[in-house]
Amino acid sequence: MFTRLVYESFRRQKRRKLLAGVAVTLGVAVATAMVGVATDIGDKIGRELRVYGANLIVTPADDALDVQIGGVNLKPANDGGYLNEADLPKIRTMFWRNNIVGFAPILPVTVSTLSGSAELVGTYFAHAVHTGNEDFVTGVRTTHPLWKVVGEWPEDSSPDLLVGQSLAAKLGKHAGDALVVDSSSHRVAGVLSTGGPDDERMFAPLAVAQQLLHRPGAVRSIQVSAITKPEDDFARRDPKTLKGAVYDRWYCSPYATSIAYQLQEVIPNSRAEQIRQVAQNEGTVLSRIQGLMLLVALAALFAAALAVSSAMATAILERRSEVGLMRALGAGKFPVGALFLAEATLLALIAGTIGFAIGAGLAHQVGRRIFDQPITIQPVLFPYILGMAVLVTVAGSALSIRKALRFDPVRVLRGDA
Amino acid sequence: MFLRMLVRGTVVRRGRALTALLAVVVAAAVSTAMLNLYVDVGAKLRSEFRSYGANVVIVAKEGQALPPDAMAIVERSISGKGIAVPFAYAVAHTAGGRPVVVAGTDFGEAQHLNRWWSVTAWPSQAGEALVGTRAAAALTPSNHPFDLVYNGHTLHLQPAGILRTGADEDSRVYLSLREFSAWTGVPSSSIEISYTGTSQDVSALADQLGQALPQAQVQPVRQIVEAEARVLGKTRSSLYAVTVLIILTAMLCVLATLTGWVYDRRSDFAIMKALGASEGLLRGLFAAEALTLGAVGALVGFVIGIGVAAWIGRVNFHAAVVPRFSVLPVVLAGSLGVALLSALFPMRLLRRVQPAMILRGE
Repeated sequence: MFTRLVYESFRRQKRRKLLAGVAVTLGVAVATAMVGVATDIGDKIGRELRVYGANLIVTPADDALDVQIGGVNLKPANDGGYLNEADLPKIRTMFWRNNIVGFAPILPVTVSTLSGSAELVGTYFAHAVHTGNEDFVTGVRTTHPLWKVVGEWPEDSSPDLLVGQSLAAKLGKHAGDALVVDSSSHRVAGVLSTGGPDDERMFAPLAVAQQLLHRPGAVRSIQVSAITKPEDDFARRDPKTLKGAVYDRWYCSPYATSIAYQLQEVIPNSRAEQIRQVAQNEGTVLSRIQGLMLLVALAALFAAALAVSSAMATAILERRSEVGLMRALGAGKFPVGALFLAEATLLALIAGTIGFAIGAGLAHQVGRRIFDQPITIQPVLFPYILGMAVLVTVAGSALSIRKALRFDPVRVLRGDA
Repeated sequence: MFLRMLVRGTVVRRGRALTALLAVVVAAAVSTAMLNLYVDVGAKLRSEFRSYGANVVIVAKEGQALPPDAMAIVERSISGKGIAVPFAYAVAHTAGGRPVVVAGTDFGEAQHLNRWWSVTAWPSQAGEALVGTRAAAALTPSNHPFDLVYNGHTLHLQPAGILRTGADEDSRVYLSLREFSAWTGVPSSSIEISYTGTSQDVSALADQLGQALPQAQVQPVRQIVEAEARVLGKTRSSLYAVTVLIILTAMLCVLATLTGWVYDRRSDFAIMKALGASEGLLRGLFAAEALTLGAVGALVGFVIGIGVAAWIGRVNFHAAVVPRFSVLPVVLAGSLGVALLSALFPMRLLRRVQPAMILRGE
């Protein structure tokens, strides 16, 4: 009898059910999309902020002092320690490997050209690093996405050069010209514009620099671009003073400090440090944007909850005469209330499922449009969202049901309540 | 008579009218807060981005020095909308003959420009230096005073604090600019400027300074300027999408509540019609009621929304979001429009029905 009543109510009052259903669907869709955007925006903006370049740097533990002014290195090139190129793939085996967007080895060499000495930097442009069974393409093109090249990027297997624009102007070279470096001739594949001190340098595949320096396998430093979590007090703790579970928690949080610590572990004889200008500010900007979206999501959830519950309240108040009729026929307050709540729950389940699907699509679209990368809603969220939809719908209806039950059936049926 | 019906209609059904009003207030408040945030978020985030430091750098061209009045020219150009800090560099040697880069700057200003510098203690008196962490390890591991030699002149320095940045600064020793030039005689070779403004403002400033200082190369720091523009653009677009979604939900809320409210009063409608009121009068009455509700709701909601936006600004950006009164007409028009729509929609349904049937309760 009870199920039949619910079923018949859905079958016969299609218009009313549809109106309330649309309200719940829209409310759930907006809530889902908002939760998706708010939880994912940190990751998305974090990726955008990676255009600032590397936020971590790995140097040899026993390195001598840099003598560098305005990007010009005044130190004899063979001074100081080196890292081993063979250790680089290990970066992709550490705990937070998936947060490593890219890395680039750096090996500066002072070379002579026909018009004086210049600094050549050996690095990866877009080099495939093999780790296990995956290929990870990395290099300065990933760590420095804002670098612009007139001409083409050199191949990592070629001896070609990329010359910074200020240096190219000084040498009078353009893309495609030949340039004599330390008595061997190289092709200038492209001219690089960075808007910084790197415009005074030339870049070559790492192997070329190692050859010029007569140090096969040597790397001076590694620039690492990683997605990190904003630093808090916990991040600043010294890992040596932490124990057990606290240490694990620190180790397994993607703070710049803990990623640096892990880099230091995988690369022997190294010192990894965060580049504070990039890492620290990234944290500030990220936490601001995340905080903003979180507060806005709260406002959205509030508005959606209100919309759903007011739609439900309206729908039930319209059905006062039904309540009156049932009561007049002898139904108790409890079965009538239960009937209406069951209807509301069913409606919330159906509309909530549709709304969740629409909301996921909406979040996907927002991600694609704004970040060129879809925002995916974790299916784990589904039961929570559905539970919330049921809760809000039932709460919205419950008040009106109570009100409708309080009226005298006679007056309701006469139409003057 | 019209006015009295308007007032009585609301007062007699206080409960329903209040629910409807509440819906309008919430919708208007949420919309106001979102629009306010959307308009203001650019300025708020831009000031956060200024913590990245200089976005314009002036460097003396090779073989030339900056004119002595360079700082005055720069200060005039930025006219209070940013910070400019001079830097001078030289390579000095330790007593043992190791080279080390020494820099002179204005500590008070550098502190504001490079907020990411981690410094244990800023130098406060003459003879004190700020030592980069790697320089400290090489020069004065136990924090003792040390000597530096430049061109035969020796300077005795007391390390005041340790500087940590993770970049070139770690291998340098920083002095106050006055002491630096008295010791080395080297004038400042670069000025770093952090200028608050859009990327167009920044490049306009760079052009202007480039003309005023022909001896120098003036360049916007592209990395900083472009990344800021990108992140800001994306954040604003996300906020825009979210704002549209929220306002749509809020409208839905108002629509559902007001429709219910009008529908609920169908017997009033029937009685008036039975007593001979014209269609136009009825529609006018309902429209006036809805408009009043919309206007009152929009005004109250606007005030609450301003408060919510200010609260979000305070919590998240530690600076209140400035109320934008230009948002008021938009919110008002929106509320009135939605209210009118939700009042007239059920009217259309009711018009087709005979008053007698409604009064009979069918």
